[in-house]
Amino acid sequence: MTIATSLEDACAALAADPDSLVLAGGTDLMVEVNRGSRRIGNVVTLNRVPELGAWRRDGGQLRLGAGVTFGEISRPEIASLLPALAQAARTVGSPQIRNAATLGGNIATASPAADSLPVLVALDAVLELCSSAGRREVAVADFVTGVKQTCLLPGELIEAVRVPVLDGPQEFCKVGTRNAMVISVASLALLVDRGSRRIRVGLGSVSPRPLRATAAEEHISQRLDWDTGGHPGETAIGEFADLVAGSATPINDHRSSARYRSHAVGVLAGRALARVLEEVAAT
Amino acid sequence: MTDTRVAARTGTAPRIGESARRPDGAPKTSGSFAFSSDLWHDRMLWGGTLRSPHPSARIRSIQIGAAVAVTGVHAVLLHDDVPGQKEFGLEHRDQPVLAGDIVRYEGEPVAIVAADHPEAVRMALEAIVVDYEVLAPAVDPMTVEEVEPIHPDGNLIRRIHLRHGDQDVVGDVQVEGTYEVAMQDQAFLGPESGMAVPADDGSIDLYVATQWLHSDRDQVADCLGLEPGSVRLTLAGVGGAFGAREDLSLHVHLCMLAQHTDRPVKMVYSREESFHGHVHRHPAQMWYRHHATSDGTLVRVEARLVLDGGAYASSSSAVIANATCFAAGPYRVPSADIDGAVVRTNNPPCGAMRGFGAVQTCYAHEAQMDKLAEALGMNPIELRLHNALEPGDELLTGQTITGTAPVAEVIRSCAEHPSAAAIALDPMELPGGAGRTAGPEDVVRGEAFALGFKNLLFSEGFDDSSEAACRLEGGVATITSACAEVGQGFVTVAQQITREVLGVEEVVMAPATTATVGSAGSTSASRQTWMSGGAVKEACEKVRVQLLERVAAQQGADVSDLVLVDGRIVSLAGGLDIDLAEATAEPVEADVVFRHAQTWPLDDDGQGNAHVSFAFSAHRAIVDVDTGLGLVKVVELTTSQDVGRILNPMQVVGQLEGGAAQGVGLAVMEEVLVVDGRIRNASFTDYLVPTALDMPPVEIAALIEQAEPGAPFGAKGIGEPPSISSTAAVAAAIRVATGLDLPRVPVRPTDIVFPEGEA
Repeated sequence: MTIATSLEDACAALAADPDSLVLAGGTDLMVEVNRGSRRIGNVVTLNRVPELGAWRRDGGQLRLGAGVTFGEISRPEIASLLPALAQAARTVGSPQIRNAATLGGNIATASPAADSLPVLVALDAVLELCSSAGRREVAVADFVTGVKQTCLLPGELIEAVRVPVLDGPQEFCKVGTRNAMVISVASLALLVDRGSRRIRVGLGSVSPRPLRATAAEEHISQRLDWDTGGHPGETAIGEFADLVAGSATPINDHRSSARYRSHAVGVLAGRALARVLEEVAAT
Repeated sequence: MTDTRVAARTGTAPRIGESARRPDGAPKTSGSFAFSSDLWHDRMLWGGTLRSPHPSARIRSIQIGAAVAVTGVHAVLLHDDVPGQKEFGLEHRDQPVLAGDIVRYEGEPVAIVAADHPEAVRMALEAIVVDYEVLAPAVDPMTVEEVEPIHPDGNLIRRIHLRHGDQDVVGDVQVEGTYEVAMQDQAFLGPESGMAVPADDGSIDLYVATQWLHSDRDQVADCLGLEPGSVRLTLAGVGGAFGAREDLSLHVHLCMLAQHTDRPVKMVYSREESFHGHVHRHPAQMWYRHHATSDGTLVRVEARLVLDGGAYASSSSAVIANATCFAAGPYRVPSADIDGAVVRTNNPPCGAMRGFGAVQTCYAHEAQMDKLAEALGMNPIELRLHNALEPGDELLTGQTITGTAPVAEVIRSCAEHPSAAAIALDPMELPGGAGRTAGPEDVVRGEAFALGFKNLLFSEGFDDSSEAACRLEGGVATITSACAEVGQGFVTVAQQITREVLGVEEVVMAPATTATVGSAGSTSASRQTWMSGGAVKEACEKVRVQLLERVAAQQGADVSDLVLVDGRIVSLAGGLDIDLAEATAEPVEADVVFRHAQTWPLDDDGQGNAHVSFAFSAHRAIVDVDTGLGLVKVVELTTSQDVGRILNPMQVVGQLEGGAAQGVGLAVMEEVLVVDGRIRNASFTDYLVPTALDMPPVEIAALIEQAEPGAPFGAKGIGEPPSISSTAAVAAAIRVATGLDLPRVPVRPTDIVFPEGEA
């Protein structure tokens, strides 16, 4: 086991054995280990790497170290800048899980049900990847290549996540069959981007990869009066919801059905839009 | 019993009627409580189990050579290595300790391994090669009686065709319905675990979390080919039970491995393994037809009940008896035809779970009562009151209720209790909770009521006696009982009873073990406060009489003049005042076996005085439903219960809250998903139980105290009723909110969003 205390250490250890398990919060990894579906060989731990746990604002951008926990993201300092990500963070597991689980881990696991990914994809987040060979940047939408599949190369780590700080209200809603501590059956992030006059929509648990509802975004963005914030009308909201539902490509599994998932993201889209419009009208 | 409290009490330790704190409460909260999974022995080996990946298959061969060769492996044992009887079972010995030539459910144990490290166990289990001929599993309980038997005992475990009263009765108003209850898990937190320690003389000590020590011991001894006295079974720290520990799990496996290796062996199931390693609540399919006169008087109930017992019998025979006997609920029903069957399939075995057959039928009969009220244009509470059982009434079995039955009081107090809940504004408090999916404008509210009952103690002629011993020495009482404390609070109640009878402060509970005392019976059927509490009470009373007689003889006093009070023996006439500690320098001991009133088997028509006593409960549920997403928030749950007499108020509240939580779970989320005989959600990630955001506060409208004849202090068992009427009430409230039939629990989001079906 390598207890890395710097990014350099961590990359060097991974370069020496690219098959090492990377342990940050452990909330995904240890479930697999305890279930017996993953055996432990060499382990590189990241929770004592200070660079990974830091975050800062650079003008219109926020740079979150991959080791920032969901507990931290849900607190006011970050929540005031990234309200939808903070709301997604609050739906991750229990407080104990949120204190351990990291943003980078959630991205790297790349589960279709990951709570952060719908927000990150809606934000067009950029991931900073590093290895002993150097650094590169990948858009989060390109990073996830399939169900629990990523373009991360052997020996490579997620170092940080860069997202824009948008002007406008944001919503994140998640459907599960329990009122808390539940794996997402369907989720939706809806962000108002006044700067580029666009509604951004990211969907979770309704496709193998995190999804942008592009057609729905364009449809509603064109129908909003960006100068007055006026209501686009129930018809437009309904059409928007239908387009969101139509963009989903979900599956049937033991948690729900494809039909329900598509239906649910449509319902969430209508409600989230109504909420942000109400907020816009109030400001 | 004479009142011993002639003087003001000086002692402070809680007695009957007071909220004694559980001795295990603080250790469990702080993490210092030793659960069965914490057992340790310096010389111990680790055990593990190879389980069938198939719900139905023939075993052609098993090769263990590679497993035995794994470094650190001490034993690999199979069916032929079972030294005694090859099968075990609570009521029918029909379940192999290790599968022979056939496996009948996914997860059935096939081989066991002992090694010096859990990793070696894992490697050995992976190295065992089993050649299976996979068979098509029989998984449909509705047709399984017609297919080839999957077990020598046949595919019907038990059928009771109950016929009561005039069979030609037809009601002016009839309502019909078909209902389904899915498979629920007890979802205890402490997985199956234990340790077997072999002794030099060939006997063995087994430390295990269980509900019934002596039943386990007898089954284990038979399977090991030992005399019962050569197996000493001691209760290890129990992390919840709810029925799931009434059957053997790893017991015989541990003992076989310990005997074979002559080393202590420990085993702990993983969570996934635990879902395969214990029985579940029976899924039920039920058809009902209720007949009533136009004024709302029930005249006849017809029902067809099919319970899926899974691969082995477990306690299925008793579960179907309950489902059948209580099929119509706590109502006067002069005519009935109830056909109850529990069948064998290649699904996971089902057995005991809190409520035991009455949960399934309560959900159905209460839906029927609401349907009937609607057909009659009658208030559903009034309909229930109009038909409520009273003492002296006959049950469907023809048995007359001779004990207390405050059914009308339970209904009225619960229904009339004020409700305060307004629709919340914060999405967190609305359906969807932390996912913030709904606003107040997205929800509709529903309120409904349900009534339930079941038997207390074992039925149908079973003599489930309980033995207890009391020893009073130096003013300290020691109670010995093999009653399994599984979290229900027996230890607390036994101490309270002892203090009440003997006027002592300090009461020591000796370890629960088969080595020192006879059977206490099972911690199930809401029976231990009555049965083992009764045994403790009688043992203490016997000690008191013996002590006072001894003191009277020593002092030349009249024994009827002596009383025991607050650690002293005093004479009512005055003049005598002896410290109890001095008086018991020479100990006084008594040992009693407590029995309940005799019961009889059911006859061919399901008639007979089969039950001892009954307990009744009602729940009123208020729910908010997001009809757009099909999500539910149970906002308020109000209950009244017939408790006989309250021995420990805090524990009563705990039982009522905990039972209701399991009932809420079954109503809206808890389901073991079984597809083609395979469990799809064997984890607490996917088998969901209510969180604090799902479980509303339980408002206790009334605890009806009417002392039950024959029960110690008149106290009825209270553990099961809370989980019986709660599910029915929540489901009914969702029905009211949505206007949908909802003929199945748990109610899934898709049942609300797509009521016409998924297709």
